[in-house]
Amino acid sequence: MKNLLLSIDDLSILLPEGSDRDYAVQGASLQLHAGETVCIVGESGSGKSLTARAVMGLLPAPHVRVGSGAINFNGEDVTKVSAERLRGIRGSEISMIFQEPMTALNPVMSIGDQVDEIFRYHVSMSKKERAEKAIQLMEDVNLPDPHQIINAYPHELSGGQRQRAMIAMALALGPKILIADEPTTALDVTTQAQILDLIKNMQKRLDTGVLFITHDFGVVADIADRVVVMQEGKIVETGTAKQVLNKPQHPYTKSLIAAIPKLNPRKARKRSDDIVLKTDEVSKSFGSGISFFGLGKTGREVKAVREVNVELRKGETLGIVGESGSGKSTLARCIIKLMESDQGQIELDGVDISKLNRNNMRAYRNRIQMVFQDPFASLNPRSRVGDIISQGPILQGVDKDEAHANTRELLDIVGLDNKSFDRFPHEFSGGQRQRIGIARALALKPDILVADEPVSALDVSIQAQILELLDKIRKQMDLSMLFITHDLRVAAQVCDQVAVMQYGKVIEVGPTAKLFANPKHEYTKALLAAIPGKDWHFSKVNS
Amino acid sequence: MKYVVKRLVQGVPIILAIVVINFFLLNMAEGDAVDVLAGEAGSATPEYMAELRKKFGLDQPLPVQLMVYLKNVVTLDLGYSFRHDMPVNELIFDRFSATALLMTSTIILAVGFGILLGLLAAMRLNTWKDAVITVFALITYATPLFWVGLMMIVVFSLQLGWFPTSGMENVAAFYEGWDRVVDIAHHLVLPTITLSLFYLALYTRMMRASMLEQYGQDYVVTARAKGLTERRITFVHVLRNALLPVVTMAGVQVGALIGGSVIVESVFAWPGLGMLAFESLFARDLNLLLGIFLLSSILVVAVNLIVDIIYCFLDPRIEVN
Repeated sequence: MKNLLLSIDDLSILLPEGSDRDYAVQGASLQLHAGETVCIVGESGSGKSLTARAVMGLLPAPHVRVGSGAINFNGEDVTKVSAERLRGIRGSEISMIFQEPMTALNPVMSIGDQVDEIFRYHVSMSKKERAEKAIQLMEDVNLPDPHQIINAYPHELSGGQRQRAMIAMALALGPKILIADEPTTALDVTTQAQILDLIKNMQKRLDTGVLFITHDFGVVADIADRVVVMQEGKIVETGTAKQVLNKPQHPYTKSLIAAIPKLNPRKARKRSDDIVLKTDEVSKSFGSGISFFGLGKTGREVKAVREVNVELRKGETLGIVGESGSGKSTLARCIIKLMESDQGQIELDGVDISKLNRNNMRAYRNRIQMVFQDPFASLNPRSRVGDIISQGPILQGVDKDEAHANTRELLDIVGLDNKSFDRFPHEFSGGQRQRIGIARALALKPDILVADEPVSALDVSIQAQILELLDKIRKQMDLSMLFITHDLRVAAQVCDQVAVMQYGKVIEVGPTAKLFANPKHEYTKALLAAIPGKDWHFSKVNS
Repeated sequence: MKYVVKRLVQGVPIILAIVVINFFLLNMAEGDAVDVLAGEAGSATPEYMAELRKKFGLDQPLPVQLMVYLKNVVTLDLGYSFRHDMPVNELIFDRFSATALLMTSTIILAVGFGILLGLLAAMRLNTWKDAVITVFALITYATPLFWVGLMMIVVFSLQLGWFPTSGMENVAAFYEGWDRVVDIAHHLVLPTITLSLFYLALYTRMMRASMLEQYGQDYVVTARAKGLTERRITFVHVLRNALLPVVTMAGVQVGALIGGSVIVESVFAWPGLGMLAFESLFARDLNLLLGIFLLSSILVVAVNLIVDIIYCFLDPRIEVN
């Protein structure tokens, strides 16, 4: 075994008084060796991020603080060292990268300046040397055109590039430990694969110990040497990656792994001949810039959706898969007429709804309903749940008492308590809110449900429940579903047909199992290859 | 540069629209300059009044008057003030420097100290310094301008005798050169403090809130994780981000400052535009009033442009075009 870098012993982190529990982390112990990757896995609120932050002395003091225990880093207890020494450790001996590289970088400082700071505050080098080092770093993390990147601001880079810049900063001084707090969660799947590769390569080169925090077992399968599973502030299972992934011991780990969508396409069902929804060459562009007296030049035009043809048959689930910016959400919004499409037809039971105005559309509104991505933002915080759900039918002319009775029934169907009727959205958890969102969409008795990333904001165990619920409802109410997602694993589990989108175009459509087994398009192949923990998934499917 | 020209060209129709709207609004008010002149003279016959109106061009229908006025404005002739017996151009220019001086010193004081106090309060959050600054801001925010002005005169001029009570300079002393500058600065102190107190409070509160908001951002955690000192984090990372909303607000309020200066100029007999506007309103000296309004609208357009340019330097996310 290589030398021990970090040893967390019986660490407890206190939460402020009045929180729903006393400890954020309780009695946690773990070790990290040089050149090793330890993954801390857990759902939101498990204390995995706080454990990592405690190592850097970055707990949000004074509310959250270390209660007891020690964090030994190379023989020093970082919970006890002076503020001066802690600053010396941060960024040079232990460094950290974060989930959201956009907000983690200062928006008004150039990348070069933000890299430069690290050298300025930890080592003495001339300005010229520092600039050369910075450019060298940009090259190390494979950023294109380092001289230009140095002068760029964070908003001018893509998400993946920003994360590369963050990694460059973190590794600037060759730290002994890198703490990565969900560094790929906000990234597209192909970018995620690249960033994971980069971290692995840099680790090999510098013999860094990596403490990697994630909720995604696929990522764990890809990079972990050892795994630590946390639940509600306690470590419930520790072991090598192989052990934990393939022979989990603790019931919680078992349930987490069982909840992961299998990369195992669902069995093909007989396709109905009834086409309920069909798009014919639908296009949508966004322009920017209004010319004023001919002075302003016409702005950039972004073609978000380009001549898309898809068809949805009765009772089936059509998955629309793509990375961010592929136009999948814009397409959904055009179909549900939250946005006007520029060209093409959208046929609902043979009627072109794309050109209907607001009044004429009203008759069709209840036919297609939408479930949104963010269950926190999509429910009016000042309306009672019962009103949120019954509002639609009442507007469509349903009697109030009848609408309320239906609402109670719907709450039951989506698995919520009858008392939920009079509560406000903030009283519910994320998964429960998504159930409310689904009930709201169902209240209008639609034929088609458009679900725009309905589970991407949810923890994996909740995600499994919601997917199950959607499938149950689809059967029970004989719905057709348009399911938009960036996650191929989710698509594999719920979709009968999958359409892959890239740059606004549908590049490949087909039955899920066929498309997964035998992708035609290069991009589809790349997407499938980039799924984290792919080999592990397949080994599980086959065993 | 192209952007500046474009913005200036865009400003022209805005200013013209303001002129037209002002023209109609002012003419909706009862009475004209002739009524006031006649009233003050005490014995004017209707014939004499009609003659005066004809002389001033007030007997023409409104649209004609407007066209004549617009034509003059375009040729930079703002008309003649019958009240002051001077061309409006000269009159306004004369008074504008006084107001500009007062406004500039006020903005510098209010924004500068507002930022400083807000910064200090945010850095010493929940200590007595923070409490003192917050209470001070609350009190000055809630105190009416005229009362502050009067109290300033009572305390600092009458009781302590440190500063003159009114005016912009000691005319009787015939100062020249640096002596005159010092004299004007001496007169400037009380009006500036009075006018800036309210805005100072506003910016202090904004700056404090803005700093606290920025302290909670992710990039601050990153900066800490990089091992930077708290000093560097506050003054380099947080400060620049926190300034953005304050600069926006300051730009918007320059216009309001002209309105606020009317009171202060009246209290301290400061010979500026505010006082001129106030007088001309009661004298129904519409030419002069319109001239002042025109100048203030140009000022607001110009200041907005300047603020936008400053903003581009502060925030690289804003693109020029």
